[in-house]
Amino acid sequence: MGEIKLMKGNEALSEALIRAGCDGYFGYPITPQSEVIEYLSREANARTGMVVLQAESEVASINMVYGAAGTGRRVCTTSSSPGISLMQEGISYIASAELPCLVVNIVRGGPGLGTIQPSQADYFQATKGGGHGDYHMIVLAPYNVQEMVDHVKLGFELGEKYRTPVMILGDGALGQMMEKVELFEQMPRKTEFPDWATTGKKEGIHRSIITSLFIQPEVMEQVNLRLQAKYREIEKNEVLYQTINCEDADYIFTGFGLGSRIAMKAMEMAREKGHKVGLIRPITVYPFPYDIYKEFAGKVKGILDIEMNAGQMVEDVRLAVEGKTQVEFYGRMGGMIAGPDEVYEYFEEKFLGGK
Amino acid sequence: MSTIPNFIEIPVNPEIAQKEFEVYSKPSTLTDKPFHYCPGCGHSTVHKLLMEVVEEMGIQGDIVGVAPVGCSVFAYDYLDIDMQQAAHGRALAVATGIRRMLPDKLVFTYQGDGDLAAIGTAETLHAANRGENILTIFINNAVYGMTSGQMAPTTLEKMVTTTSPFGRDVSTQGYPLKISELLAMLPGVTYVTRQSVHTTANVRKTKKALRKAIELQQEGKGFCLVEVVSNCPSNWKMTPLQSQQFIQEKMIPFYPLGDIKTPEGK
Repeated sequence: MGEIKLMKGNEALSEALIRAGCDGYFGYPITPQSEVIEYLSREANARTGMVVLQAESEVASINMVYGAAGTGRRVCTTSSSPGISLMQEGISYIASAELPCLVVNIVRGGPGLGTIQPSQADYFQATKGGGHGDYHMIVLAPYNVQEMVDHVKLGFELGEKYRTPVMILGDGALGQMMEKVELFEQMPRKTEFPDWATTGKKEGIHRSIITSLFIQPEVMEQVNLRLQAKYREIEKNEVLYQTINCEDADYIFTGFGLGSRIAMKAMEMAREKGHKVGLIRPITVYPFPYDIYKEFAGKVKGILDIEMNAGQMVEDVRLAVEGKTQVEFYGRMGGMIAGPDEVYEYFEEKFLGGK
Repeated sequence: MSTIPNFIEIPVNPEIAQKEFEVYSKPSTLTDKPFHYCPGCGHSTVHKLLMEVVEEMGIQGDIVGVAPVGCSVFAYDYLDIDMQQAAHGRALAVATGIRRMLPDKLVFTYQGDGDLAAIGTAETLHAANRGENILTIFINNAVYGMTSGQMAPTTLEKMVTTTSPFGRDVSTQGYPLKISELLAMLPGVTYVTRQSVHTTANVRKTKKALRKAIELQQEGKGFCLVEVVSNCPSNWKMTPLQSQQFIQEKMIPFYPLGDIKTPEGK
C-alpha cells in the first residue's frame, strides 16, 4: 500500500506529477489551480531535478510544452478554462505533430472571464477537438482526489503509448477539496528517449523533425488518415467507465467528474425510496463509453444526466441510446453546484410523474 | 505532358570536376534540396552561412533549430539538423521548452519580422528577459513575405505595401519597430548585432557574427540576437539588384548595421 495523505486536489495532482517522473512543467497562474505551480515551484526541482517554469502566458506555456515534448521528455501544463482556451492553437499543433503531453484543465464557470467557481462547461472543448482541425485528445475525467493522482500516471502512459496529448478534465471543486489519497511510489525520470525526439542529429540515424505542416494536400490527407486510425485504436482500446447498481436498474443516473458524485448521492436517495436506480460514470470522456449506454438503451425506463453545465455530455448519451430510451438532463451553470435533493426532485418530476 | 525536373542537370567534365580545382562548395550540413526562396532573397545566403558555421564548428549533432511561420517555415528542409517547426510567433517559447529539457545542447530560432516582432513579441521579449540560452536569427525585410507583401512592424515610414498602399502612415499605422535596440536593453541579453547580406563584405561580417553568437551560446552566456537586414525582391516589386540598393539607401539609414550590445560592454 502506498503512502496515504490528506491532500487538496491540486496539490495531490502536483505531487503525482513529481512522482510520475515528469521532466518539465510550464504554466501560468490562474484560479482555481494556482496551487499546482506553487507546489511544484516549492517541491519539484530539489526532489527530482524536474524543470518548473512560470511562463509569460498560457500561449507561451503550451508552446514550451510543444518544444519540450518534442525532445521526448515527460511534460505537463495545467490551467483553468480561459487559460485552456488560449492554449487551443498549441494543442492542435501538438496533436498534429503527434507529441505526448499532459494538459490539465481545472474547469471554472464561463463563458468569458466567468467565475472562479467550479464548472463542467468545457466538455465540448475538451472532447470534440477544441482547436482547429480534426483531432482529439484523450480526456480523463477524475471524480475524486484519488483519481486526480491516478490519472496523472495513466495520462502520461496513454500519451506516450499513442503519441498524443492527454487532458485531465477536472473542475474547481476537485482542485480545491481535500480528501484522503493513496500516492504511488516515486518513479525514476526517463533516461532513454524515443528516436523521433529532437535531441541533436545522431550519426547514421535519420534526423528528427517535429512539424505539423504538410502543405501538399495528398500528404496532409495521409497525416489525417493516420491520426484518425489512431483515434479508432484509442476508441477500441482505452474506454474506461464505472457502473454501480446497474444490474437491476429501472433508471440510470449518469454524469462525469463531480457531476457523477452528485448523481451518486441522488441515486442513493432514490434507492432509499425504493426506486431501482443505477449509475454510469464515464472515466474517459474521450474516448466516450457509448457501448455501455447502448447496452441499457431500450431496457431501462429512463436516463438522467447530471452536469455542471447547460447539457454537453448529454449529447453523447443521446447519440449512444439512439432514441430508444428517454434521456433527461439536469444541470446548473455559472459555478453553481446542484444538490442531490434537487436532482432527485427532478427525477421524480420527469420520470415518476411528480410527487 | 511535360515534367519539370527538380534539378537542372549540368553535364560534368570529369577532367575539371576534381577536388584540387574546387573553389566553392555547399556545406555538408545543408541538404541537397534546392532552396524554394525567390531569386535574390537573403534567406538562402543566411541559411548557407549558418550551416557553414555549424560545419566548421563541428556541432551538427549538438544543435536543435526552431523554424517559424513565414517564408522560412520550411527551413528544416534545408538545414540538415534536428528541428522543430513552431506556431506563428511562438518560436522562442518552443525553443525555451527545448533548451530547458536539453541544457547541454545549442538551440536557435530562425524568425522573420512578423513572427518575431508582431505576433510573437511577448514570447520574444520574455525569452530574452529570462536570459534563455538561445540564439535568435532575425531576418528583417520590412514586409510579410509569405502572405505576399503586407505591412510588417518593421516596414519603413512611407513604404508601400499591400496593406499600406499609400505608404506607411505612422500617424495611423504606427512606427517601424527597432526590436533589436529594444531587446538590447534587457539584462538577460548578451549579444545583439545587426548585419546584412547585401554585399560580399557584409556576408562575411554576418558569418562572423553568427559564429560569435554560437560561441557565446556554448559558453552559456544568455540570449543572443543576430538581426539580418534583408530584402524581399518579389514583394518589394524590385529586381534583386534594385532590392540590394534599397537596403543600402533606405533600410540601413533607419536600421544601422553593427553591434548594438556585446558581452565586452558595448
